[in-house]
Amino acid sequence: MTAASQQPVTATLPSALAIGWSRVGIELKALFRDREAAVFTLALPMILMLVFGSVFGSQQLGDTGITFAQYFVAGMIASGIVYTSFQNLAIGIPQERDEGTLKRLEGTPMPKGAYFIGKVGQVCVVYVIQIILLMAIGVLLFDVQLPDTAAKWGALAWLSVLGLTTWTLLGLAFSSVPKSGKGASAIVTPVILVLQFTSGVFFAYNQLPAWMQQFAALFPLKWLTQGMRYVFLPEGAEVLEVVGSFEMSRVAMVLLVWTVLSAMLAWGFFRWRRRGDG
Amino acid sequence: MHGGHRPTHKPPLCQTAGVEPHPAIEVHGLAKAYGSLRAVDGLDLRVDPGQCVALLGPNGAGKTTTTEILEGYRHRDAGDVRVLGVDPARADRHWRARLGIVLQQVADLGELTVREALRHFAGYYPDPRPVDEVLEQVGLTAKADARGRTLSGGQRRRLDVGLGIIGRPELLFLDEPTTGFDPEARRDFWTLIEQLKAEGATILLTTHYLEEAEALAEMVGVINRGRLVAFDAPHELGGRHTGSTVVRWTEDGEPREEATERPTALVGELAARFGGEVPNLTVTRPTLEDMYLTLVDDEEAPEGVRR
Repeated sequence: MTAASQQPVTATLPSALAIGWSRVGIELKALFRDREAAVFTLALPMILMLVFGSVFGSQQLGDTGITFAQYFVAGMIASGIVYTSFQNLAIGIPQERDEGTLKRLEGTPMPKGAYFIGKVGQVCVVYVIQIILLMAIGVLLFDVQLPDTAAKWGALAWLSVLGLTTWTLLGLAFSSVPKSGKGASAIVTPVILVLQFTSGVFFAYNQLPAWMQQFAALFPLKWLTQGMRYVFLPEGAEVLEVVGSFEMSRVAMVLLVWTVLSAMLAWGFFRWRRRGDG
Repeated sequence: MHGGHRPTHKPPLCQTAGVEPHPAIEVHGLAKAYGSLRAVDGLDLRVDPGQCVALLGPNGAGKTTTTEILEGYRHRDAGDVRVLGVDPARADRHWRARLGIVLQQVADLGELTVREALRHFAGYYPDPRPVDEVLEQVGLTAKADARGRTLSGGQRRRLDVGLGIIGRPELLFLDEPTTGFDPEARRDFWTLIEQLKAEGATILLTTHYLEEAEALAEMVGVINRGRLVAFDAPHELGGRHTGSTVVRWTEDGEPREEATERPTALVGELAARFGGEVPNLTVTRPTLEDMYLTLVDDEEAPEGVRR
């Protein structure tokens, strides 16, 4: 401790980027070693895909020759974005707040940005692992075709970037809603389920009642799912869309608007401390 | 490292050009209210570099609120506060790098090993201690590869202290560090703190345990109802060294006792009277606990709260 006085006071602090990078490693270890979190975040969409795909997989959608399994794979990959970012953060951060992780970090010279770098890095790594596994299941078991044009791969890339950005920011904002870590999944899971049911993940979107379609169209999951259908369904699938087209430019626009909106929500609502603690 | 020697002079603190060494902590008229509850109500405190100061007080007296203001976690309503020469309300990373904070009740880092946690947090500081050295110091070398959640309460707290000192802090905050410990774990923990003190660490400790304050601190502050009601060396707290002493003995088969401010004279008298040994003679100064309870009672009596 006296040794500190021998150090020049200008001793340089490690950069936010360096600390953020090391936090990515810590976040990944924390997630993968916590069985409950790993299963909930990473394995859940795969389990759902196997179960739903096996039960309803062979049903044909109209006379397009497209099976529900193929349709469902697109929806599950879109949902995977929500699981790895939104669900992961909106449940994980309240737990960290309860355990004192965030309070401890606040008391160190860690720049706050490094914490978010760590979370974003964790989300991205988990998403990449997840989408590879989901695509593999789709291709091997449910006759899904990988995208066959550069345009579709490009669309997959920008859908992933915009989707992850929006849902990560929404996860940061929503992490302030649960009062405790224990109750977090009871609040977060129903939100995701309602969006999935209405956005064309578990049911074909064009067969839903109009009011439900309109409700879902307010939120980004519907547009993400629609974009993923463009990426993963074969030619001719656009007849299954309500307007007969995948509307990719509208998808991009809605997701961009949501990115801005969710950034404002995260800025406004994210908190380091539990309510009533400072 | 610097084991063994206790600096007799103030070690230089912040060597910002031309500024002379200041107290590690200086507080004047600190106040903080939560709604109508005045948690801290005009508190003064000074901690010199190299000192270990313990803050005692009943639950809700304002200890944690005070500490958390000093640590930069909470904003104050009024008062002047300087911690290492800086106002904690304007805390920046450089200031934080000079502090070590051991919070109450943390249960994080469960999935990381002790070594991983120490190595990671070392990366936050400009000049961290070597991880192996800290492991050795907090006595967790054998547990270096154990996950956080597998540690016992005492080991867990040692990890917290390890994380608190990994950045070579000039000032260490310990908030109720041994709550819930068994007596042996508490003794072990005290030994660790003694070592840190021997290295010249400045420590602000809050505790519920009077014997802990007596064992570790050079100065003890008693906080009650948001104010510092006494601040003294443990053996002088509340006039303990000058207050009346109880002399007990047996005379004519009856136990006798007398409170006196001049115990030596009384014992001399008794010795003369008995012509040698006084049967069952004891001379008892008030314990720290006696003084503490008096201080806390005095303060509470006027408003009749919790009596």
